Amino acid sequence: MIEARGLTKRYGRTLAVNDLSFTVQPGRVTGFLGPNGAGKSTTMRMILGLDRPTAGDVRIDGKRYADLKEPLRHVGALLDARWVHPNRSARAHLRWLAVSNRLPEKRVGEVLELVGLTQVAGRRAGGYSLGMSQRLGIAGALLGDPGVLLFDEPVNGLDPEGILWIRQFMHRLAAEGRTVFVSSHLLSEMALTAQDLVVIGRGRLISQTSTSAFIEAASGSTVRVRGPELGRLREVIVAGGLAADDAPASDEGPAALVVHGATTDAVGELAGRAGLVLHELAAQRGSLEQAFIQMTGGDVEYRTGTPVGVAAPAGGPVMAVPGQPAGAGILSGAAPAGKGEPR
Amino acid sequence: MTALTLVKVERIKLFSTRSPWWCIAAAMVLTVGFVALAAGLITDTDAQEFTAPQTQGPYRFGFMIMMIMAVLAVTTEYRFGTIRATFLAVPNRTSALLAKAAVIALVAAAVGEVAGVASWGLAKAIRGSEAPLDFYTARDYRVVFGVGLYYLVAAVFAVAIGVLIRQSAGAIALVLLWPLLVENLILIIPRVGDDIQKWLPFTAGNNFLAAGTDHVGNAGDGPGDMPFGPWGSLVYFAVITAALLALALVTAKRRDA
Ligand SMILES: Nc1ncnc2c1ncn2[C@@H]1O[C@H](COP(=O)(O)OP(=O)(O)OP(=O)(O)O)[C@@H](O)[C@H]1O
Ligand SMILES: [Mg+2]
Repeated sequence: MIEARGLTKRYGRTLAVNDLSFTVQPGRVTGFLGPNGAGKSTTMRMILGLDRPTAGDVRIDGKRYADLKEPLRHVGALLDARWVHPNRSARAHLRWLAVSNRLPEKRVGEVLELVGLTQVAGRRAGGYSLGMSQRLGIAGALLGDPGVLLFDEPVNGLDPEGILWIRQFMHRLAAEGRTVFVSSHLLSEMALTAQDLVVIGRGRLISQTSTSAFIEAASGSTVRVRGPELGRLREVIVAGGLAADDAPASDEGPAALVVHGATTDAVGELAGRAGLVLHELAAQRGSLEQAFIQMTGGDVEYRTGTPVGVAAPAGGPVMAVPGQPAGAGILSGAAPAGKGEPR
Repeated sequence: MTALTLVKVERIKLFSTRSPWWCIAAAMVLTVGFVALAAGLITDTDAQEFTAPQTQGPYRFGFMIMMIMAVLAVTTEYRFGTIRATFLAVPNRTSALLAKAAVIALVAAAVGEVAGVASWGLAKAIRGSEAPLDFYTARDYRVVFGVGLYYLVAAVFAVAIGVLIRQSAGAIALVLLWPLLVENLILIIPRVGDDIQKWLPFTAGNNFLAAGTDHVGNAGDGPGDMPFGPWGSLVYFAVITAALLALALVTAKRRDA
């Protein structure tokens, strides 16, 4: 288990990580999600005692990293696959790591086999492809058979086969009861890899939740509704306590309304009670990536602390629009998924 | 983690790349080779004054290359990020870096020792019949067998510089220019230059080898009246180096890896 409390890191004038608290549970893959520059790598370096937090602390199974005896037996990390001397062979690299934590040297052969590098283990690591380097990094992380594993953007630059391999690998590690914490800036990737998410933006925690709940919140809360009497429809919806925006006629269809934070059930019932005819009633699924950008990339004033409710007007640009009150917007309705299909 | 384990780790790291081997070979060839050349080429009259301490003249080549090796052993770790891998495996940075300094110091000392004895042995083999290459005084023993100690201290000095600067080009420039240029050019400063020079570390180290003879190093290299005798000078050199290493260790511990 990893527990961060009030973790803060300042580099000169940059506040890279800001009062970040979260926990990572064993037996699950926990995704660490945030756009570029959100502070994921910085946080991981602090977890591992490489960078000193400006404030707060982080513990692994109750201990600071620096207090772990023979840390490779507890924690395996792959922060950067290039942290290998290019003129050293993979075997020599793993060998000094093994010796440092008094691991039996036969472990070197075992992990090389595990990641499929046995054939090339004697070659200089500088000549490895990115995928091979990544595998060597994973071999290093697994050397001490640790219960806690950290991976920083492990699939960056890998081909689909490599991505699949790493994903399955992480699932297996978690299924063995280990704590697996893996960062990414791609929600679509995390949706397939992680069961839990720690989402950060600009160094702050945005949400810690299960992946399915996050995706639900990110994408399922907008309804597009259309009928012959748009004006009355809007009054009814607003009277029902929901926020509605105009969606002018566009490629997507004729003029309609977009209702935020609602389900098709709720909107349909409101319209039915008022006896209004509907021509279209559909849940709008924003693309995950768009939703994610809006949640993590906006200015601080557009963040509400919950994953829902930060957005731009339907069909509008992805960026939050100044003047839109925080929490009143929706996720962009411009995405194609599910468009026009009644639920 | 025992000290011995950490030393073994650093030994594996040092010798699993090729550059230390090249450095060791270059140091040997340049020191021993130069002496062999000199022994072969000097005239018979000059050979009359070719003494044991004189066979150590090219020691500067050797310790410079050992300092480059020492700097690179540290700075390449920063360059390639393996220092982070090291600190992940051994979170006690002070121990990890001390082990590295120890391994490099031992290698440099061994190289200096072998180069020193081999230089003398080869000179004796080539010119033993004419030149007075036997050991006559304590000074002769000190210079031939002590040159490894000078290498040892110089290598630790270079490790400390490497840790402080973390960058190959800058650190190498410093360890080459400091003993060669700065400590000599300081004499340009009128009046006080001479007084400052004799307190500088490499001048002191050189005095360990040069005291009581002008056969080692450049003639007139050191100031006339050194504050310490030969062994005192070596201790002084070592103390300054230890202080620099301590500074480097504290710095490495405090800053982000
Ligand atoms: N050593 C450093 N010195 C100064 N600023 C830094 C340092 N490391 C990170 N930063 C800054 O801190 C912020 C967070 O960087 P970090 O690398 O942790 O982000 P990240 O979430 O890992 O991004 P990415 O997805 O691009 O890897 C950035 O603004 C970055 O410029
Ligand atoms: Mg990063």
